[in-house]
Amino acid sequence: MTSIFSDALTIAGKDLRNEFKSKQTIGMMVIFSALVILVFSFAFDPTNNMVRAVIPGLVWVITVFAGILGLNRSFISELENDSLTGLRSAPIDPASIYLGKVLANFTLVAVVQLISIPVLFILFGYRFTSSYFWFILILFAGTLGFIIVGTFLSALSANAKNSEMLLPVLLLPLLSPLMIAAVQATRIVLENEEIQNAVSWLQLMAAYDLLFFGACFILFEFLMEGS
Amino acid sequence: MKELESMLELKNLTKVIGEKIILRNITLTLREGETLAVIGPNGAGKSTFFKCTVGLLQPSSGEIILDGEAVKKKSAAVKKKIGFLGHESFLYSNMTPLENLRFYGKLFKVRDLEKKSKELLKEVGLYLFRDTPIHSFSRGMLQRLAIAKVLLPEPKILMLDEPHTGLDQEAVALLNRIIKEKQQGGTSILIISHDFEQVHALADRVAILKKGKVVDTIELAQHLDLQEMKAWYEKVVKEA
Ligand SMILES: Nc1ncnc2c1ncn2[C@@H]1O[C@H](COP(=O)(O)OP(=O)(O)OP(=O)(O)O)[C@@H](O)[C@H]1O
Ligand SMILES: [Mg+2]
Repeated sequence: MTSIFSDALTIAGKDLRNEFKSKQTIGMMVIFSALVILVFSFAFDPTNNMVRAVIPGLVWVITVFAGILGLNRSFISELENDSLTGLRSAPIDPASIYLGKVLANFTLVAVVQLISIPVLFILFGYRFTSSYFWFILILFAGTLGFIIVGTFLSALSANAKNSEMLLPVLLLPLLSPLMIAAVQATRIVLENEEIQNAVSWLQLMAAYDLLFFGACFILFEFLMEGS
Repeated sequence: MKELESMLELKNLTKVIGEKIILRNITLTLREGETLAVIGPNGAGKSTFFKCTVGLLQPSSGEIILDGEAVKKKSAAVKKKIGFLGHESFLYSNMTPLENLRFYGKLFKVRDLEKKSKELLKEVGLYLFRDTPIHSFSRGMLQRLAIAKVLLPEPKILMLDEPHTGLDQEAVALLNRIIKEKQQGGTSILIISHDFEQVHALADRVAILKKGKVVDTIELAQHLDLQEMKAWYEKVVKEA
């Protein structure tokens, strides 16, 4: 059991080191989210009060769509020289490949959020006065659920012909309950409403995360099996 | 000396993919410390046979017993004993040779990793390139590194799928020397090759696989020379 975790860290470390060396994927993700923010800041007049209603949605639009760019690369990068087979023939639990990829993808998306969300707030003239703790907790729960499902589906679609198209088509419907909860909870926190109202949304996200993590963790083995 | 035990045992191995029967009822034994070469025409199922043995593919029926344990998909302990060199190098092209070895070494829980990786890189002649990302490497250089990667965990059984492809004269000699050293150390070796000269130089026994069946095996005793082996192969393949 401990070796699952240490192998996962080895795999995540390899992915992240490569990524921060080339900065290819993360560069694309940051540019994409910057463009989205820019376009929306022109589309909505930031002096208008209604704008605040858009911010929670935008936070998650950026996360999901920039994240999909990273998820697409996650397993495709293992196809060159068939290194995925190299991993499969190594003496590790297949689940550690999944866990490692989840860790790496989560870190990538978190870095993009760290850059883009402050930019979003600045360009929309939003002053953050609510609780950091709750905001980060909600971001964490939502992003984790997204990555859990997304990583699994990116492994599933990596062998398909049009994997770049297949991933969002499979992923977005599955994400809808999580995203509804995430947007609602984010709105409640950003509008400084009673935190109590956000808690039930947060519970829903936690349940979603746990459920899908368990399922993906167990089912991943079958993805790696090969016919 | 005690009786040589079997390192690898295949019992009635059959593999069907889709409608196609790729391996038919293969029964084969590899003794401990023995080198068995598997030869046969393209598409005979040699690589598929290897993949089943490594646990990358599930056999449709039949049993594989490696060092006394049945190979199943989750047996990490079994995988640790196998050094598998496939058609592809399994290496990460944006990483350097040293980083590649470190990564796989960690997954295989190799001790003294740093020292061993450097020694192996020196042995395969890539030490000067240790910090160059391998996407600029030639095919032969990649193959050398792939060999180093396979040797790193010191497996009990080596499964080499066409290990000589892309290697220059010097590297072929080097690889043969390494294989001979491993033979002396008691490692069991399965080797797929189309290069009769190397097969003749390395193997104790040769099996011919054709259309998914083992059609014949022969002991390479001292007196059987290269020409005779070739003649045997041609005769068997024609008849089968
Ligand atoms: N995933 C697969 N799906 C369908 N058929 C397959 C698959 N993998 C292999 N085959 C078929 O199995 C047969 C054997 O393939 P294999 O790669 O084992 O041949 P080989 O003996 O290694 O040939 P070579 O000498 O060219 O390396 C081929 O006819 C191939 O088309
Ligand atoms: Mg082959």
